[in-house]
Amino acid sequence: MASQNLQSVPAELSPEEQERERAGQAYFDRIIAEDSRIEPRDWMPEAYRRTLLRQVSQHAHSEIIGMQPEANWISRAPSLKRKAILMAKVQDEAGHGLYLYSAAETLGQSRDKMMQDLIDGKARYSSIFNYPAVSWADMGAIGWLVDGAAICNQVPLCRASYGPYGRAMVRICKEESFHQRQGFEILLELSNGTPAQKQMAQDAVNRWYAPALMMFGPPDDDSPNSKQSMAWNIKRFSNDELRSRFVGMMVEQVKVLGLSLPDPDIRFNEETKKWEHGPLDWNEFKDVLAGKGPCNAQRMERRRQAHEDGAWVREAAAAYAAKQAQKEHAA
Amino acid sequence: MTSEHSTDFAIEGHGDISVGVSGAGASGDGSASATRITPGNALRPEDIALEVRRGTVRPGEDVAEYALRLGDDALILAQRLGHWISRAPELEEDIALGNIALDQLGHARSFLTYAGAHWDKSEDELAYFRREPEFRSAHLFEQPNGDFAVTIARQFIVSYYQFELYERLTGSADATIAAIAAKALKEVDYHRDHSAQWVLRLAGGTEESRRRIIRGFRLLWPYVDEIFEDDELTARLAEAGTGVQPSTLREDFDRLTGEVLAEAGLAGEYAEGGLGLDRIPQSLGGGRRGKHSEHLGFVLAEMQVLAREHPGASW
Repeated sequence: MASQNLQSVPAELSPEEQERERAGQAYFDRIIAEDSRIEPRDWMPEAYRRTLLRQVSQHAHSEIIGMQPEANWISRAPSLKRKAILMAKVQDEAGHGLYLYSAAETLGQSRDKMMQDLIDGKARYSSIFNYPAVSWADMGAIGWLVDGAAICNQVPLCRASYGPYGRAMVRICKEESFHQRQGFEILLELSNGTPAQKQMAQDAVNRWYAPALMMFGPPDDDSPNSKQSMAWNIKRFSNDELRSRFVGMMVEQVKVLGLSLPDPDIRFNEETKKWEHGPLDWNEFKDVLAGKGPCNAQRMERRRQAHEDGAWVREAAAAYAAKQAQKEHAA
Repeated sequence: MTSEHSTDFAIEGHGDISVGVSGAGASGDGSASATRITPGNALRPEDIALEVRRGTVRPGEDVAEYALRLGDDALILAQRLGHWISRAPELEEDIALGNIALDQLGHARSFLTYAGAHWDKSEDELAYFRREPEFRSAHLFEQPNGDFAVTIARQFIVSYYQFELYERLTGSADATIAAIAAKALKEVDYHRDHSAQWVLRLAGGTEESRRRIIRGFRLLWPYVDEIFEDDELTARLAEAGTGVQPSTLREDFDRLTGEVLAEAGLAGEYAEGGLGLDRIPQSLGGGRRGKHSEHLGFVLAEMQVLAREHPGASW
């Protein structure tokens, strides 16, 4: 396995410690070679731990920040049934954030620290959530395209080599597929509605299509971390491979919707047996990642404000719990 | 009230709803009630809509007006609580407040669907196309979220009130009202627990949290009397065994909330660090007659804007 030579045993360790490191590495390599699972108490290379912590916490942050564009429409949902579904969906995302923070905590970092890193701008989240949700149809497009892309990305993660992450993803994927269906249904209803509704739907698909494709990350030749993640069985397929699969799925589904994808270059390459799409604006991707998206500042500010406004509540809960524990101790 | 009435909904089973307190004029034999439900086949608004379309349920005007009140209270509260999702003090509360909002929205949809059957209107026509004076919500439900303490104080009052109300309505002679109440009761029981726990935590947490929960209660207590006010409609409904005189809920409400407030050390006089509830003047109310707080117009403007932009559209 490619991972075997990446970790050298640090020289400053005592002979016993060096031996432990070597045994740990051998165990780790065997688990990876068998495509089995690493669990929290197992020895793991520091780089593996760091990579996972970064990925899982970024994923958790994405769920939490991703609540905002949709929460933006809860109060204005145009029917009570849609309001209920949307509320449940955004609530699910908070739940996903919780599972993922818990999975990340097994790697040795507290949720408080991760949240603080997010608020301090030290941690990233999926840059798609820096685009604004400006119409009701965006609730459909986000569900269909953004959650759809997330599912393509995440289903293989159910088999990720790190146990807690893989298991969290199983639950998340089940809920995400429901989210995608509800997004599709919103668009379908709009597409079969009044001309204004259909226009609203097409406009939303036009705006979310390219950002959704870019959710899979940079092209393979520009994705430095992918190779190592694949060698560690965290990632199973390359960015371009997943993107191509996604395009193939959307191309069929958009027909049922009676809408179109804003990409005249989509084609099935008979030679490679893969779906191809038109050029994507990777400069925009990098700009949004660098904080220049339409909503970067707004999303961060909302999270910061919720966190700061809630500080006194968290302090009160902690103080109360401490007093109760003291009482029980005294009794 | 009768315990033998049947219902068109598939809700028979061995649920855990106990009807310990009988409603106005009720025989109150909860164990024999057909309104007990099990979680697996809980009543949904869609089930009511189906029965309405089939013509198997249709409330008279009084019951429809009553359902409108209960539905509007729950709807406006759901609209308020939904705002917390993505803004709560911690993720667990995003989920908990979201849950409560969803429950309230579910109750609202059921009540409004049923009420609408009388006027041949859908839940959405009632929610999105009525004007402010046509709403029947009480002022308490319209009050802004404020900080977390204000929201908890509001929820505490509401859930203790709704629990007593729905408990009695499970014995309503109107099978649909009884069925909606039976489902709502289980959920509101959890809301009670959630808000009571937070009242204890905030009152017994830090100086700041105690100051804030006291302020929250004092801000909202003026709207308590209104929810227990009887009027001609509730008198007729109580007489018919379909509804409850709100004033009959007050004693249990006062006792049960009093127990929690006493445990929280909030029961005393304001000058002595308590809430001093007895001395807080009560607002005139008027929500049931369409006289609302200044807040409702904004709530409706936001809630209705998109639906009204596309009248007749389906979503």
